[in-house]
Amino acid sequence: MAEIVLSGVTKRFPDGSLAVQGVDLDIADGEFVILVGPSGCGKSTTLNMIAGLEDITEGTLSIGDRVVNDLPPKDRDIAMVFQSYALYPHLSVRENMGFPLRLAKVDKATVNQKVEEAARVLDLSEFLDRRPAALSGGQRQRVAMGRAIVRDPKAFLMDEPLSNLDAKLRVQMRTQIARLQRRLGTTTVYVTHDQTEAMTLGDRVVVMRLGVVQQVGTPAQLYDLPRNLFVAGFIGSPAMNFLNATVEGSILHSALGDLPLDDRTRQALERQNAPREVIVGLRPEAFEDAALAHDAHGPVITATIDVLESLGSDVYVYFTQEGGPAQSAELEELATDSGLKDTGAGGVQQVVARLDAATRAREGQPLDMRVDMSKAHVFDPRTGTNLSHPENAG
Amino acid sequence: MAAVGRSHAVRWGVLNVAVVLYALFPVWWIIALSFKDPSTLTDGDYIPRQWTWENYRGIFQTSEFTRALINSIGIALISTTIAVVLGTMAAYAVARLRFPGKGLLIGMSLLIAMFPPISLVSPLFNIERILGIFDTWIGLIIPYMTFSLPLAIYTLSAFFREIPWDLEKAAKVDGATPAQAFRLVIAPLAAPGVFTTAILVFIFCWNDFLFAISLTSTNRARTVPAAIAFFTGSSQFEQPTGSIAAAAVVITVPIIIFVLFFQRRIVAGLTSGAVKG
Amino acid sequence: MSAQAPSAAGPPPAEQQQGQDRKALSEGARQERRLGWLLCAPAVIVMLAVTAYPIGYAVYLSLQRYDLRFPGQAKFIGLSNYGVVLSSSYWWDAFWVTVFITGVSVAIELVLGMGLALVMHRTIFWRGTVRTSVLIPYGIVTVVAAYSWQYAWTPQLGYLAGLLPSGSAPLTEQWPALWLIVLAEVWKTTPFMALLLLAGLALVPEETLRAAMVDGASPWQRFTKVMLPLMKPAILVALLFRTLDAFRIFDNIYILTSGAHGTGSVSILGYDNLFTALNLGIGSTISVLIFICVAIIAFAFVKLFGAAAPGAEVKR
Repeated sequence: MAEIVLSGVTKRFPDGSLAVQGVDLDIADGEFVILVGPSGCGKSTTLNMIAGLEDITEGTLSIGDRVVNDLPPKDRDIAMVFQSYALYPHLSVRENMGFPLRLAKVDKATVNQKVEEAARVLDLSEFLDRRPAALSGGQRQRVAMGRAIVRDPKAFLMDEPLSNLDAKLRVQMRTQIARLQRRLGTTTVYVTHDQTEAMTLGDRVVVMRLGVVQQVGTPAQLYDLPRNLFVAGFIGSPAMNFLNATVEGSILHSALGDLPLDDRTRQALERQNAPREVIVGLRPEAFEDAALAHDAHGPVITATIDVLESLGSDVYVYFTQEGGPAQSAELEELATDSGLKDTGAGGVQQVVARLDAATRAREGQPLDMRVDMSKAHVFDPRTGTNLSHPENAG
Repeated sequence: MAAVGRSHAVRWGVLNVAVVLYALFPVWWIIALSFKDPSTLTDGDYIPRQWTWENYRGIFQTSEFTRALINSIGIALISTTIAVVLGTMAAYAVARLRFPGKGLLIGMSLLIAMFPPISLVSPLFNIERILGIFDTWIGLIIPYMTFSLPLAIYTLSAFFREIPWDLEKAAKVDGATPAQAFRLVIAPLAAPGVFTTAILVFIFCWNDFLFAISLTSTNRARTVPAAIAFFTGSSQFEQPTGSIAAAAVVITVPIIIFVLFFQRRIVAGLTSGAVKG
Repeated sequence: MSAQAPSAAGPPPAEQQQGQDRKALSEGARQERRLGWLLCAPAVIVMLAVTAYPIGYAVYLSLQRYDLRFPGQAKFIGLSNYGVVLSSSYWWDAFWVTVFITGVSVAIELVLGMGLALVMHRTIFWRGTVRTSVLIPYGIVTVVAAYSWQYAWTPQLGYLAGLLPSGSAPLTEQWPALWLIVLAEVWKTTPFMALLLLAGLALVPEETLRAAMVDGASPWQRFTKVMLPLMKPAILVALLFRTLDAFRIFDNIYILTSGAHGTGSVSILGYDNLFTALNLGIGSTISVLIFICVAIIAFAFVKLFGAAAPGAEVKR
């Protein structure tokens, strides 16, 4: 077990493109850290550099007080779980799990004992003598996990280990991985593109975009205090609503109507000399059915509900606003990544609100909603910075 | 429903039988010939009336045939080994490494795959006479391994491309040195592809006739296909039909064995290289 | 890494760019490059030494008057060997015979091979048996197959000759013999064509065919409108391979007719000039001409049909 420290780690490919730019990250001993971001953000490259599968162009990487930039993977004492599981098809489950120990010249009896122990933990005992081809997806995934844990390495590196499983199994394995990591207390770096996985698994989450770290923080920090448009839009499901708005004194003119800023936000904007044209971000839960929110304060807006999705515990309502969607490079990238770009929603801004299940909202009917402005975020459309939480920048 | 199913089955059955007959009839004919004794050789029957090993005994008693058989086996084995070793190296580079000039290598192999062998016969004939390797094993091994190299590179790189290279990474992280990763993980996975390629290359070398008759002049290096063409009857007025048939069957046996045991692999090997493009 | 000044051959003009480039090509990438070249080198050297050099030598020989019976009288005579060959009826007869055999046998093979491929792909039972037996003509030594056919058509000896009116000897007349050569060639190489097409068939997604079925396409329409277009790359590759291969036909003709009765291909002509007439100059000229023909065919295929050369995936 050990801490992992990246300082100024950079990866430049032979064609000159930068895959990872100056990543600084201190991962504490026993910590579970998630690297998350859309495809091509550099998260897997970062993980591969930690593993030693790719050269580090610049910067230093140390595992447990030792700089390992030039150590080959085998001398780094780390274990890795791959997206494809990378099980050796010509070896049995037992041989697969024992492979790293066998390479480390551990004696047979110990290997057997450790493999069987790991198999028991992962519920694989009855499959030990099968070949990987004879296993289901979930079982293969567990074998890959088993191969990692038998070694008792300094750190686990996991590269999208669950993305080849179906949705239900993924949730199941997610909890199993969390439990296992807590029990073993091994430092873990976990790469995923799924923000739900990131939010539920990690002690801390690192959001990356285009090779640059956007924000590092606990899941709650990322959710409540996103540093910029990208993090705000990436974390949370359904995603934050973004609207163009104009600041005039303490009023935000937006397609939803005039929204009064709360004092804290107004002061923050003034302190930073914020531009007049901004993007306002509202999470779906910032809205509430006005008929149900008697004691809350904040402006009331009216909109005609297009679609209503009832989840039992909550109700999502969708409505559109004229005025066109908010524009910024970061939002564009998010839309491309999630495939929204091609859904033909251009021209109008769709807004989603999460309401209490008791709402009387009906499709095609207008509804009054109260907006909790203390949960509103204001972004600079050019830089993407979150202007309403400057204390978080830096 | 059942009737439809049955007529369907009958139709496929007829088609299958037609295909099998098409493929095997000429083979059967030469086998039948090889087991006929001289008196019934010309009866035109599909099944010998009197089975005899006489033709086989005859050819194995002449050094003309046994020597050619040894030449065939030796030359084909050596050419195959060299072509597969060189091909494996190049195919690994093609499938796995990034380096400038890869396209050139692929283009060159393609050119050679299309090269008309007859165009090489006259220069090689002269060069080999000058170098003193005319009518030797080496003299045949050189063109064989060259002409089978493109085949080897194509099939092998197609096979190599199918090995998930995550496995190599996994092995490295699991603590393997590059050599161990190759020996314990990559080699066992690549072996079937290499083996299949070896069979295809062997068939290619085994099959050649043009080089075999052009670059040899005695039975020092003459392979069976060429030797057969020079068979003579035991007397001037006798056709060597029985001997040719028997010799032909003998050199067909290895091919049939390969095909019977490795049908699936050979199909995969033959098609993999060609379709990927 | 050494801190030496960049060599004079350092490519890009901007200094900073140069520094970056050198750094960008990390130790690993450079090693990879070196390893790649190292691994390819033996194959490249062998292929160049055994083909490029001799074909160059063949061109040189073709410019000589070089009769092996009188090796002392070899003499440079420019292109006059080409004049001799190209104005002789032997060359043109052999050329048209070769074109005929190539065209007819490839056409038959394509149709027959497609049928075979469909049977192998679709048959509901015996799939292994069918594929195994189809491989036998592919694997069998051409000379063996050619003898089988020769004996089959030899009067009194063969089962097929017996089906013909008595007294006919098809292998001794030009047109019957040519058709029999085509037959032997087709028998031997259709399986290869079929296997290439089979691989192409495997590229046609079953769901697309089902979709066409639901959309109301008849079996024939499914074949022509869905399967054939999707298989086009495989078909072109198969055609290219087989055309070039057929153009080089030698073994079958040598055994079946020895090129007599106007059945000799260009390869047979080249061989005869070399080993019967012992004329190295003329033989080499024919060799070079055949090489040019093959190059033209390959070029035409790639240009006209955009046939993807196997291994061209690098560009895709």
